[in-house]
Amino acid sequence: MTQTRTAVAEDPAKVAAFEARIAAGESIEPKDWMPEKYRRQLVRMMSQHAHSEIVGMLPEGNWITRAPSLRRKISLIAKVQDEAGHGLYIYCGTETLGVDRSELVGQLLDGTAKYSSIFNYPTLSWADIGVIGWFVDGAAIVNQTILAKASYGPYARAMIRVCKEENFHKRQGYEIVSVLANGTPAQKAMVQDAVDRWWWPSLMMFGPSDTDSPNTAELIRWKVKRKTNDELRQRFVNLTVPQAMAVNLTLPDPDMRHDAETENWEFGAIDWDEFNQVIRGNGPCNKERLDARRKAHDEGAWVREAASAYAAKQRASQAAEAA
Amino acid sequence: MASTITNQELVREAPVASAAVAEQAAALPQDEWPVWEVFTQSTQGAPHEHAGSLHAVDAGQALQNARDVYARRGGVISLWVVPGGAITASTPGDAGPFFDPGADKAYRHPQFYKVPRGVRGV
Repeated sequence: MTQTRTAVAEDPAKVAAFEARIAAGESIEPKDWMPEKYRRQLVRMMSQHAHSEIVGMLPEGNWITRAPSLRRKISLIAKVQDEAGHGLYIYCGTETLGVDRSELVGQLLDGTAKYSSIFNYPTLSWADIGVIGWFVDGAAIVNQTILAKASYGPYARAMIRVCKEENFHKRQGYEIVSVLANGTPAQKAMVQDAVDRWWWPSLMMFGPSDTDSPNTAELIRWKVKRKTNDELRQRFVNLTVPQAMAVNLTLPDPDMRHDAETENWEFGAIDWDEFNQVIRGNGPCNKERLDARRKAHDEGAWVREAASAYAAKQRASQAAEAA
Repeated sequence: MASTITNQELVREAPVASAAVAEQAAALPQDEWPVWEVFTQSTQGAPHEHAGSLHAVDAGQALQNARDVYARRGGVISLWVVPGGAITASTPGDAGPFFDPGADKAYRHPQFYKVPRGVRGV
């Protein structure tokens, strides 16, 4: 990162004016003054988000060649291509904060950047593709719908674009799930197994509990976040439980119960040890994911070089013509 | 997909801003391509609006990438790509004084003028 990590003493008058703008619901644009910490938090959040879109292509890409029908295959290809586009929107948004995409990609490839823990789990069966669309994209939509109201203009605008596209992702996933859930006993068992494996990691996608997120208050005040991790997680659970019931699938949580007073589906304890292990690089697929990204980057080098050489040649011949 | 359009043709049709691109490209490291701002028009007669940005080696590639990234689902009938460095923007710090001359001229608005009661179409 080009920004220094040392604490910067900010001008209190500028900070006050900045906070007043946020409180008034204004959005902050790239050239506006902003506290260094705000900029840093956004670079961190947005780059992690962009990396997640890119790494998120891998578990699903795994099933493109084995999709069970042409209809499923074209949907899956389109979805994976969307994820690449989402990564691009968000990288470009991050660049407006004064970092270069090549620098961010470098951080992903050298293993210093984080991305969503969910993508370090393997896709073992075709049903996983359905459940990922339903749970993982469903969770992403809950998160991103709120981020579309974030105070930083380029991020919020990228989120609006992403949300419009992700609705198809969730629906194609749920369609796969409902077809399997109404299929043969073997298909039903396969989709229930996928639900069992993906449920808890999907809940972890929303990040640590509020009691363990020390920065939440400031991020909320600056409208970098608009809801806490726990609020978003609860919203996702409330949306998903009836969807599971509708297709007769069981969520693997014996403690799940409906609270008539709050109207929330109360869920059991999340295994934060597992979450921390995956975040630290010890998930089932962390190494495989990074290896795949590095391989793709290295093997694409000649394409990038050829494109640069071609463009330089074109410019040279245009200059010669003009002379 | 407009597979019949070659890169060459796109370059010819693209509004060429080669000086700005060459300048930007020269300033970048070998493996980083210049930034292009993308503007899309959604329907006939509508204005082009800023959609986002991307990196590309030249105008032709920028247009093709913009099509793939910002017009993947239709809903776009025209695209502009502009070298990021070619855009000059007003500065937020000076926005007050810069736009001030337009803020106090009520006489530029129709509501400033009085018309006798009952008169229509004025």
